[in-house]
Amino acid sequence: MHELSLCENIVASIEEAALKEHFNAVVVVHLGIGKLSCVEPEALRFCFDTAIQGTIAESTQLVIEIFPGLAQCNHCGANLEIENYYDACSHCESFDLKILGGEQMQIESLEVM
Amino acid sequence: MCTVCGCEDKHGHPDSVAGNGALAVDKSVSRTLTLEKNILEKNNVYASQNRSFCYSKQILSLNFVSSPGAGKTSLLVDTINSLKSDFSINVIEGDQHTSNDADKIRATGASAVQINTGKGCHLEAHSVGHAIKDLQPAQQSLLFIENVGNLVCPAEFDLGELAKVLILSVTEGEDKPLKYPHMFRAASLLIINKIDLLPYVDFDMAQCVRFARQVNPSIDVICLSVKTREGVLPWFEWMTTQQTKMNREPD
Repeated sequence: MHELSLCENIVASIEEAALKEHFNAVVVVHLGIGKLSCVEPEALRFCFDTAIQGTIAESTQLVIEIFPGLAQCNHCGANLEIENYYDACSHCESFDLKILGGEQMQIESLEVM
Repeated sequence: MCTVCGCEDKHGHPDSVAGNGALAVDKSVSRTLTLEKNILEKNNVYASQNRSFCYSKQILSLNFVSSPGAGKTSLLVDTINSLKSDFSINVIEGDQHTSNDADKIRATGASAVQINTGKGCHLEAHSVGHAIKDLQPAQQSLLFIENVGNLVCPAEFDLGELAKVLILSVTEGEDKPLKYPHMFRAASLLIINKIDLLPYVDFDMAQCVRFARQVNPSIDVICLSVKTREGVLPWFEWMTTQQTKMNREPD
């Protein structure tokens, strides 16, 4: 369950930002999670509720934006959207794909008071 | 080594700035702070420090990952016994509990540090950095990090290794690359272990390699048996190739 580790990292980043930016409460945390990242959004939500207890982020709303997996086929050059690393090119069926996006797991922004 | 946080996990609570008149914020209005920060940034900073240290001393550092029981420790023991006359070798052992694996490694004469992760399912770069500091690995030595047996979580956590080595045993089934694609994607080398058992199990080697390359077209594959020692030479040669590459392309 590495999602709990990830949530603890998110809380640590929020606490760091609070010291630097001088806010007292976080209303919303916006995350950007790529489809190809090793993160299960539902597990992340579940762990987030536990990780924020007793921290500045307590009662913060979690908003997760999912980004598609993007790849370019090294064989035929087509640009495509993929769901998994083991997907084949939808044009030529090659598995030799260059990943262009969708691996991120980012804290995009915070709405703070 | 620990220059980011000075090894203090407790960061000051932001409440401490709330009473400061000069810094007080207007609580009636919320504002948006753009962070665009990788969730694992902190781990990645520690990992970069570990990697820079290893590069600066030309230490070949490998992160061994597998499901429990695939043969990581046996492979390490065999590798150390074969190479200890030529290299100084240090091992970082990650397990939830016990120091059994570190004890097995120390019995070979190599230095080992055991990290017990407790409920944690993977090693993180911070504790690995401390273990490196404890071990004080020599110039041009080998550093083996044996991660917690788990084909999921260790994939996301960079420890600062030069490469991840994934060990799969033939008793586990050839479809593992498709079931655990992140780990197979993150690994540079796939070692298929226990090939002495091939006559007794239904394991399709060619299919397994096809699946692994479907997930990660550039993954190297070596098939061996730690028990019979069949195929161990290509594994040693692979490490030599990595050392040469590392010395040619500094970080």
